[in-house]
Amino acid sequence: MDMNLEAITAQERDEMHRNVFFITLEQLKSWARSNSLWPVQFGLACCAIEMMGVGASHYDLDRFGSIFRSSPRHSDCMIVSGTVTKKMAPIIRRLYDQMPEPKWVIAMGSCATAGGPYFYSYSVVKGVDQVVPVDVYIPGCPPNPAALIYGINKLQEKIRYEAKTGKRVTNT
Amino acid sequence: MTEEQDHQSNQNQEKDTVDPKAKDNIEEAKEQPADNPLNEESPEKITTPSDQQSSTKKERSTDTKSEPSPTEQSQTEKSKSDKPKSEHTKRPRKKHTKKDQPPEKKEPSPNQPILDHYVKIINKNLSKDAIDDAFVNRSSKELPTIVATPKYYFSIAKLLRDHEELQFHFLSDIHGIDYESHMEIYAYLYSMSRNQSVALKVKLDRENPAISSLAPLWKGASWPENEAYDLLGISFENHPDLKRILLGEDWEGYPLRKDYEPYDVEV
Amino acid sequence: MIRTEEMLLNVGPQHPSTHGVFRLVVKVDGEIIKEATPVIGYLHRGTEKLAEDLQYTQIIPYTDRMDYLSAMTNNYVICHAVETLMDLEVPERAEYLRIIAMELGRIASHLVWYGTYLMDIGTTSPFLYAFREREMIINLLNELCGARLTFNYMRIGGVKWDAPEGWIDKVREFIPYMREQLDGYHEFVTGNEIFLNRVKGVGQYTQEEAIQYSLSGANLRCTGIAYDLRKAEPYSIYHRFEFDIPVGETGDAWARYQCRMAEMAESLKILEQAVEQFPEDGKIMGKVPRIIKPPKGEVYVRIESPRGEIGCYIASEGKKTPYRLKFRRPSFYNLQILPKLLEGENMANLIAILGGVDIVLGEVDG
Repeated sequence: MDMNLEAITAQERDEMHRNVFFITLEQLKSWARSNSLWPVQFGLACCAIEMMGVGASHYDLDRFGSIFRSSPRHSDCMIVSGTVTKKMAPIIRRLYDQMPEPKWVIAMGSCATAGGPYFYSYSVVKGVDQVVPVDVYIPGCPPNPAALIYGINKLQEKIRYEAKTGKRVTNT
Repeated sequence: MTEEQDHQSNQNQEKDTVDPKAKDNIEEAKEQPADNPLNEESPEKITTPSDQQSSTKKERSTDTKSEPSPTEQSQTEKSKSDKPKSEHTKRPRKKHTKKDQPPEKKEPSPNQPILDHYVKIINKNLSKDAIDDAFVNRSSKELPTIVATPKYYFSIAKLLRDHEELQFHFLSDIHGIDYESHMEIYAYLYSMSRNQSVALKVKLDRENPAISSLAPLWKGASWPENEAYDLLGISFENHPDLKRILLGEDWEGYPLRKDYEPYDVEV
Repeated sequence: MIRTEEMLLNVGPQHPSTHGVFRLVVKVDGEIIKEATPVIGYLHRGTEKLAEDLQYTQIIPYTDRMDYLSAMTNNYVICHAVETLMDLEVPERAEYLRIIAMELGRIASHLVWYGTYLMDIGTTSPFLYAFREREMIINLLNELCGARLTFNYMRIGGVKWDAPEGWIDKVREFIPYMREQLDGYHEFVTGNEIFLNRVKGVGQYTQEEAIQYSLSGANLRCTGIAYDLRKAEPYSIYHRFEFDIPVGETGDAWARYQCRMAEMAESLKILEQAVEQFPEDGKIMGKVPRIIKPPKGEVYVRIESPRGEIGCYIASEGKKTPYRLKFRRPSFYNLQILPKLLEGENMANLIAILGGVDIVLGEVDG
């Protein structure tokens, strides 16, 4: 396509400045990904009720482009909402492996973060990060729905930051 | 050592009423015929508990003295409990004396006659040594409690369910307890038609705990027994589907036992 | 004649309709379920073992996390057990606060059931409505005790917090609003032809079977047995209130739906009376020793939770910690009937039956 750059009027140039911008492909992808985080609809314990609350009328997670999907193969984000037991841990790992790349994990609540009140229990895994890599930890028992939304925002921030700078947020 | 002491210290009173001597009194009041199995059993009854608890007896009495609570407890408890007490309550209970602890004057539990009635039915229908012990658990809303011998556990449960004067059709709870010296099964039965409850207990050997399952009587007992098998290692005979329901078949050890040491496997 | 083969199908542990981590291994022949085996324990956290090392007051937060939809009743059952064992008096105001909190919790719990059950069988919007009202109840309870889900509100001998100023009025205002919404739900769903076709005659059992399987709560009452512990063995101050026990007749999912919907209305009745009778002032904590040491003995109490009969057994040795603590968890007992209900049913009815039993996995697994 030929384009006569000479013939562009000042007005058109102004218009173009406003509407056309250049970013790297990575950033473009991250922009798209971060605004359509689809979590697996996967409740473990008490936190799952708050997660349902986030999806329901009052908090309405759909506003942020996050729609709960029933299959891990549709999703790119896993919210581990509740206590992970030793019996459940292999299944979480399998679910995680089934998710297509790129994928992120949010550990919701203190149980998923570090075992929480069930730290001394014989059947509980002390934090889901022993099983899958975790990107965002949300404290609380259970976290307020607003806290979960904040956590999802943090994850979006992280995705964009990593694409923009090429650096990991953490060193590990 | 714990459980027996428990009851006996707490429910010394009730224990006594079931004791053969006290039983005689009751029977006098009831004007029972002399050939009642309860009477025959008395010599045996005197020996067995003393054998078992000769060591603990001293402790028992001291315990009760230091604890003033059961007395007051029972009184208010009684007013609280609103089970229909039927005509049993008004039965005369005379000559009720206490040898071992005269200062405590506890009123007999309103459910004591009911319990005596149950015991009588069981003794009549099964065997006189079917019941190991029977007392009213005063701290648990005057709950009649029957301790069965393992041999007769199943038949007592069956009788409690099917006898037309008992009708405990609803199994509310069944679970096991580890008392270090022995294991115990605690079943709570409820009769909807009579609005009465009874607790059925049985003591098991701790080394190799096994008892006949109640699942053939109540299908609802199946999973709770599985749970007891899973967490305490009590095996149930004639259970339709005995499995480690919560932890899975590859779990080692029984977590609810007191000597369980968690073995933290790498995930 | 089409030749069919038996097939094993694995439902869960991650399945949107199991409301948690519940697994069901189903053997199907075409569309017909031949056999269903529930596999549980994916959320077994060992609460009972943990409780053996905790003081009585410290156990209360753990009960919140068992049946997390009606944490208030769970709070109550352990407090009630210890109070029975120690023979403690609870002040009147505290009893009223407990009742109000428990009944609000019961409505909230049934609302979650209503929303998710209908979502399971195909309608999405009731979920949004139910959660809107639930959010209001949660806000009320949040104001009362500062938590949205795991309240940890009750203490042995009373409650932790007094009602904030104007709170009772807010509850009073909420009751007619909720009534109106309940009518709306009925208008919305109850007469719907599709819904009726999904639930009528599905998962049916008789009275004898219900008792045989130790079912309780709406699962038992749907067969026509008017058994509610609030009436049968009134605890707390339930004898002061007038309410009915809703019973069904048919014992199917439809009867269970009706029972639960009617229970919400009955809870509103109780709330209305409780708010009217609410004492102007008074203490919220009874005379409780600083260190709670129940005497030796054992106690078993049971109360009516939204899911059925929740019981608490404590064997005490006279120490600060219980020797053995055991909860009779209604969902655990109620779930046992599932294999029987599923046998011979259509695969599509699986969700309608499972949802109708109304389980909470935290409670099933303990």
